[in-house]
Amino acid sequence: MTDTPPKRKDPRQRTPVPLLPPVQRSRAALGLTLAAAEGRFALQGCAECGAVQYPPRDACRACLSTDLTWREVPNGGRVVAQTRIHASPDPYFREHLPWRIGTVALDAGVPVIAHLHAAVSRGDRVRMALRLDRAGQGVLIALPDIEGSAMTSDPTLRAMGTDPRHRRVLITDARAPESLALTKALLAAGAAEVRLGEPETWKAWDGRAAFDGLAAVSLHPLDVTDTGSVRDLAAGLGGKVDILINTARHERPGGVMTGDLTRARDEIEVGYMGLMRLAQAFGPAMAARAADGVNSAAAWVNILPVQALAHDPGFASTVAAGAAARALALSLRAELRGAGVRVMNAYTGPLDDDWHQPLPPPKVAPKALAQAIVAGLCDGLEEVHVGDIARDLADRWRRDPRLLAREMEGGLS
Amino acid sequence: MTVLSDLITAMTRGSVRVIDLTHTLDPDFPVIVLPADFGQCARFRMEEVSAYDHRGPAWKWHNLSMSEHTGTHFDAPIHWVTGRDAPNGATDSIDPGVFVGPVCVIDFSAESARSDDATLEPAHILAWEAEHGPIPADCWVLLRTDWSHRQGAAYLNLRDDGAHSPGPSPEAVRLLLERGIRGFGTETVGTDAGQAQHFDPPYPAHALIHGAGRYGLQCLRNLDHLPPTGAVLLAAPLKIKGGTGSPLRVLALIEEPAP
Amino acid sequence: MARMGYDGVVLTAPHTEPYARFSNETAHWWIARALRGSLRAAGLTPAQIDGFAVSSFTLFPDTPVALTQHLGLSPRWLDTVPTGGASGVVALRRAARAVQAGDADIVACVGGDTNPIDGFRTLLSAFSRFALDASYPYGFGGPNANFALLMDAYLTEYGADRADFAHVAVAQRANALNNPHALMKKPLTVEQYLSARPIADPIALFDCVMPCAGAESFLVMREERARALGLPFARLRATIERHNAFAEDPVQLRGGWAVDVDDLWAQAAMGPSDMDLVQTYDDYPVISVLQFEDLGFCTKGEGPAFLRKHDLTITGDLPHNTSGGQLSAGQAGAAGGYIGLVEAIRQVTQTAGPTQVENARRALVSGFGMINFDRGVCSAACVIEAGA
Repeated sequence: MTDTPPKRKDPRQRTPVPLLPPVQRSRAALGLTLAAAEGRFALQGCAECGAVQYPPRDACRACLSTDLTWREVPNGGRVVAQTRIHASPDPYFREHLPWRIGTVALDAGVPVIAHLHAAVSRGDRVRMALRLDRAGQGVLIALPDIEGSAMTSDPTLRAMGTDPRHRRVLITDARAPESLALTKALLAAGAAEVRLGEPETWKAWDGRAAFDGLAAVSLHPLDVTDTGSVRDLAAGLGGKVDILINTARHERPGGVMTGDLTRARDEIEVGYMGLMRLAQAFGPAMAARAADGVNSAAAWVNILPVQALAHDPGFASTVAAGAAARALALSLRAELRGAGVRVMNAYTGPLDDDWHQPLPPPKVAPKALAQAIVAGLCDGLEEVHVGDIARDLADRWRRDPRLLAREMEGGLS
Repeated sequence: MTVLSDLITAMTRGSVRVIDLTHTLDPDFPVIVLPADFGQCARFRMEEVSAYDHRGPAWKWHNLSMSEHTGTHFDAPIHWVTGRDAPNGATDSIDPGVFVGPVCVIDFSAESARSDDATLEPAHILAWEAEHGPIPADCWVLLRTDWSHRQGAAYLNLRDDGAHSPGPSPEAVRLLLERGIRGFGTETVGTDAGQAQHFDPPYPAHALIHGAGRYGLQCLRNLDHLPPTGAVLLAAPLKIKGGTGSPLRVLALIEEPAP
Repeated sequence: MARMGYDGVVLTAPHTEPYARFSNETAHWWIARALRGSLRAAGLTPAQIDGFAVSSFTLFPDTPVALTQHLGLSPRWLDTVPTGGASGVVALRRAARAVQAGDADIVACVGGDTNPIDGFRTLLSAFSRFALDASYPYGFGGPNANFALLMDAYLTEYGADRADFAHVAVAQRANALNNPHALMKKPLTVEQYLSARPIADPIALFDCVMPCAGAESFLVMREERARALGLPFARLRATIERHNAFAEDPVQLRGGWAVDVDDLWAQAAMGPSDMDLVQTYDDYPVISVLQFEDLGFCTKGEGPAFLRKHDLTITGDLPHNTSGGQLSAGQAGAAGGYIGLVEAIRQVTQTAGPTQVENARRALVSGFGMINFDRGVCSAACVIEAGA
């Protein structure tokens, strides 16, 4: 049962080497991964005749049109066959046997092979979801038709996901506006421990007292602009970071010609170099612990301004640093993919904080950002868009990045 | 025998000792915090270039970054707007003779222990002179507050109305300048008091001392090891082109009493 | 338009290269051995072969084109038959028409594969795009898991139970004990079948084949040529072939045979009850049951009851997979698509030796192949009859 906290490690046992389920996919099938990364349930369909098809193809099986699109489809279905696999030649699944799969007749009109949640069996109506598996590829899973408490303890979901339950979390900057809400949301989701980095411990700050007295919460000196500090904490915590959430960022308004070079440098130091320092200090240990039992290393979360998908004249340098961090995060994602550690990018619209004070609403409440991140971890997402502005921008970016760049010339408002 | 060979002999025998007045350059050492809208002082940072490894097999070295005003540091006259036109007011143009000279130490530690906002007034200076004689012209004056003993957040002592730390009143600064001092040094993060923006003029130590073409030293330590008079201060900033200040190693030579 | 018959075309010189569980030899080696076996049986030289049809999964990076140079052949007709378990019948269909039309005089049809250690996993890993995209990431159970889903749905839909399938496996094992080249050498009981180690519920160990190395071969030529060579031969009475049938069925409970079964028996001018033996594609007992149903021996869902009423052994009233089939002789890759056909040629030419069914003259051979995603895509069948 995965719902009881894991026992302490037996130091005589070797830590299992992280293995991945089959990772190879066709280009067409990556559409499932893209949808799963954002928590959408989408299948491939024909733009001409409308037929939905699975597995993804390069032409429509009904009319041979090559004009294929991905569309959100009803996620209901019925399990028509099931099996419990006891033998597999694949090294990853051998470690997870027995493993249940089934054939599900989707309401969308196609049969699929899917992973089965423990509470689902033949004949059941199910709710289908696209999830990222440990290899970071989109897979189908049949879930109970109604939400239930069993969701978090399901071994199949657990093996695929990044659920904070029983996991130990490092939040890199306790001073970020969302860090307190994030801490509380993680604890509510069952996180075993939340550690927070505290930069510039010599600089008193008002929010600090709010962390006092929270069980399983502790503050540790950590400044992502200081390589030594990052290394020291990584060495001190050893392999006790299962989820790392990088809340450190430096956001200041300003343009390019009138911008401030020292601030721009700070933005790069915190947002870009900071991510690189964290990745170098914490990444290898997390990669090595990706198969380390119930509280294995699971996820790395970056918080990025959604404008980093394009630009923002009002926050030119901040957003440029965010874009640099985003590119770095995508490479980090590729590097951690091999170990099965997920990199989630949480794109947020302007937060309701001091540095975005003159901007008009809607703005993202720090608590909303925190809840979106924890929900994303529970669902194992790679891409989370927080707030109306972020969702709108991401939608426009998906449709036409060049048009978005032009539209953004007027700024966010 | 020459003066210098006498000095070397005395140092060898231990009758002249070197006191280090410098904090270690450490990424964790506080820097002055200005209101968030202003540009900020960079903290000390070091990145390893190589460490006997593939990046350089037989050597270890670091790249450093910091502000001119990080750690134990020197303020040149052009640091402040009042001194912007001071002749030879930058770190590379100051007469190097200025970097070695006599020093008076005013012990203000008891007052500082009583109040975080202890303000050095002319009366304190006059009282010191009554005991130790007049402050000579062209002499460094260091203000001992024992503030360097403080650690962590207590050093800057930031509250929601700003920092709280001891420093001189405008009148005290004027009196020191009347004495013709070479410069003024403190253990706190600046030469001015934490709340000095509320003086008239604001930040009197910076405004008046640099306006007079004189120098500042801050983030000093070990002032409690110096005699009130009689020590020699060595404080040579890096020769930064047009520099407004510089981190530096500040040393003092003191004579041990004869056994 | 009614399809042309296969008058004048015969099958002869069947050869089975004895299987090995693992082999360090190549597919080229196995195919060469089998081809040589057929040529020796026919008294022919390689230069006399002018048609060559090949099925193999493990020739990579080579194709049958490279095999012609590798083996010193110079055929005027060459075919690659990639239909897996349907390959034997499909190769026969192609070869028969080529011989009939005069495009080739003697066509050698060979299926063969090697099986190095870890070869099965490697083969599966790159089997098909849909499998990579939509099957292997789900537990990587391989065909076992696919057929487990099929069998699970069958059991549910038709109220059968596992004991119904024991009958098929146990009878085949009994047949295999007569085949000195079968990999399985020990008798199998119903109890052993039922209590076997689970593989992918409801599939257990004795529902599965043993992957191995091996090759099967036969020749297709005109009847007068076979007579001139003094070879016993079989005539080809009817064939069918179908791909991707019933694509809308959520689970495969029927195969492409059901589309074409009437055509098969019409062309053969015979019916199921005329068959002296049946060779189904048997990578799992459940798929053999589907073939009996879809090929008209009984109605859908009645397969288990039908088979229990019959003795499926060599000496029984409905001899089935007389060499032990893949379940007991082994699955030698693409040779698994030829094993039933090669054995059937032996049977109707009275050359099957220890597995010979008495007075066997007519045989139904069916093939099933290529789990591209969730089901076998290819189905085929043929009826052969003893030459005069």
